[in-house]
Amino acid sequence: MRTPSWVPALYLGPAVVVMAAACLYPVLSAFQLAGFDWSMGTPWESARWVGWDNFLSAFSNPRVWSSLWTTLLFAAVCVAAEMVLGIALALALEHPVRGMSFFRTLFILPMMIAPIAVGLAWRYMFDAQFGLINAALKAMGLNAQIWLADPNLAFIAIVVADIWQWTPCVFIMMIAALANVDSSVIEAARIDGARWWQQTFLVKLPMVMHVIAITLMMRLIDAFRVLEVIYVLTFGGPGDSTEILALHIYKTAFVGQQLGVAAAISVLLLAVVAVLSWGALRLSNPMKGEPP
Amino acid sequence: MKRRDTLKAGAITVFGAAFPFSGVQAQNRYAKYAGKTVVFSVPAHPHYDAMMKILPEFTKETGIKVETDKLAMGRMKEKQLLEMAKPSGDFDLGCYVVMWKGEYVAKNLIQPLQPFFDNPALADPSYDMKDIVPIYLENLGLVGGPKGYLAGPGAKLYGIPYGAETSVLAYRRDIFAKHNLKPPETYDDFRKLLRTIKDKEGIGALASRGQAGHQVVHAWLLHLNPLGGSVFDDQWKARFNDKVGVEALKFLQEVVATGPAGIAGYGQGESNTAFLQGQAAMYLDSTSLAGLVNDPTKSKVVGNVSWALHPKGVKRASQSGGLGLAIPKNAKNAEAGFLLMQWLTSKKQDKAVTMAGGAPMRNSTLRDADAVRKYPEFITFVEALKYSAPDWRPIIPVWDKINVQALGVGLSEALTGKKSAEQALNDLVPQVTAIMREGGYKV
Repeated sequence: MRTPSWVPALYLGPAVVVMAAACLYPVLSAFQLAGFDWSMGTPWESARWVGWDNFLSAFSNPRVWSSLWTTLLFAAVCVAAEMVLGIALALALEHPVRGMSFFRTLFILPMMIAPIAVGLAWRYMFDAQFGLINAALKAMGLNAQIWLADPNLAFIAIVVADIWQWTPCVFIMMIAALANVDSSVIEAARIDGARWWQQTFLVKLPMVMHVIAITLMMRLIDAFRVLEVIYVLTFGGPGDSTEILALHIYKTAFVGQQLGVAAAISVLLLAVVAVLSWGALRLSNPMKGEPP
Repeated sequence: MKRRDTLKAGAITVFGAAFPFSGVQAQNRYAKYAGKTVVFSVPAHPHYDAMMKILPEFTKETGIKVETDKLAMGRMKEKQLLEMAKPSGDFDLGCYVVMWKGEYVAKNLIQPLQPFFDNPALADPSYDMKDIVPIYLENLGLVGGPKGYLAGPGAKLYGIPYGAETSVLAYRRDIFAKHNLKPPETYDDFRKLLRTIKDKEGIGALASRGQAGHQVVHAWLLHLNPLGGSVFDDQWKARFNDKVGVEALKFLQEVVATGPAGIAGYGQGESNTAFLQGQAAMYLDSTSLAGLVNDPTKSKVVGNVSWALHPKGVKRASQSGGLGLAIPKNAKNAEAGFLLMQWLTSKKQDKAVTMAGGAPMRNSTLRDADAVRKYPEFITFVEALKYSAPDWRPIIPVWDKINVQALGVGLSEALTGKKSAEQALNDLVPQVTAIMREGGYKV
């Protein structure tokens, strides 16, 4: 018996409605808020409609653009490093080795730690006086550094903390994907005389490109949203050298009390993330070519 | 009736007549609220850690339970704003930082306290308001007076200091004795001493805050006021980029150059730690350090610290600031919250929290023989409070934004060498002026 065409819609409908409401409501709220001048702690009735003023105010603020640049740089460096390290680790631990379950558990631990704790741990590790990193540098005969007091070093510090925390995410995704690669294909490549690097870069990785694209997109989105670790580690400083857009939005909303302007900048952040996600999916869209 | 009961009844009759009347009143005052729970918003702060030690006594005495909601100081305000903006909030009592008082009152979020103190059913007749250090009461408690935050016509009481502080200089007397140095009396002495200590001892001269945001502004204000500067003139026009403002920032740059490594990234915790762990010979900041220097679990400089007044610039001045307690407008148990506030800030409990490592807010505690025996530095603190300036920072509703988003970024850039002191301050004037205009000031 042929299933009527409306049956899938009936089954999927409730889930789609719930998901659409859950995803769309906050976005629409942000758009709505961006049109008002409202200070937190005052009744919503006192909010004043200002139209596009918040967008104009946000986009004419040079600090917004410098924050966006810092965010793009942060995301590019972190995500590139996490993808390379995560894939390399997954390839290294792909084959059964002694103690593999221990290593797998060890590698995913950072991801399970609360971001505030990660920020605090790295703040102590980067401490110029008592930090573990300077102690290690001194032990190697190198000069101690003022990690969190120098704009360039502070940027390196937030990048290192992010890479440490999120490389495991890429590792997990990749190790799962590699486990599903058909071994007969690799075997065929090997019989055809493919070397290790040819098997890896020309056979295995193209076969898991869908997962790489999805992982890349997820990490890009997350890198643009990171807040707590940087809040604790540098609070955006020194100066505004580590003030990524999410932290700028936080300060605008909760320190400056300009929720409307903060919402307008959030819309900008959403647009940037949407464009980059679209770019990541262009690499390899797992939903493309699926049977209807 | 047994013989023991007869004796007991007799003893109560004889001695009961001598019980203070207020004791009976106190029982009545608390009885109505026994069993209720006061929800109290508190920060992670040494004074409030000490308070936690005396809090069970309140429940024992009154039957009122207390639930504390503890947050990092930086995250407390956003939660309080969200709670206090609701029709009925979760907090019955809240701790606030001095900078927030104007904003909370402007947004109608906290209650004036006089009606509570005028209510005989709630007020403790033995509560001595005049014993509270006047500068603390003015700085933390009053809103609506001259400039919006000083004592004078129009000022109303909205909070009681609890965790208040002034600034003093702590120094390592072993290092000073070793090099035959004297604590700095003036800023000229201070400036010379920074380089001398760095060269002779090889450790940081002065511990200081310096992290972008509130921390670096706090550090700069510590020098701006004694040197004769201020953020605004009497017409609310920015004057922080004048000669004195630049001098104060250059002084702070010298503190960074001669201090323990990494000051430009230091918050209050790192600054305290640098001094307590022996990485700096001097510390110029809050009196809240006093509870930590002689705690061997936190300090490596036990027994080696002496205290002196904040060095004199063109005038003698020390900071006024810290924390206070207020009752939210939308509190469910406002009266029970008031009773807790009144209990905590009473003479007896102020001494108790001080002996537990907290910061005193009453003159009677600062001069109490037991307290002074335990904390001899209180003699210096009492002297410092004579010079404590109520107009240390402009506590206007938009100050938090100016503090964190404008000055806090520009001053930090001057500390890392990205900009000179002059350029950093000059570049900040348009930003600060724009924020003042947004806040309704005609400048």
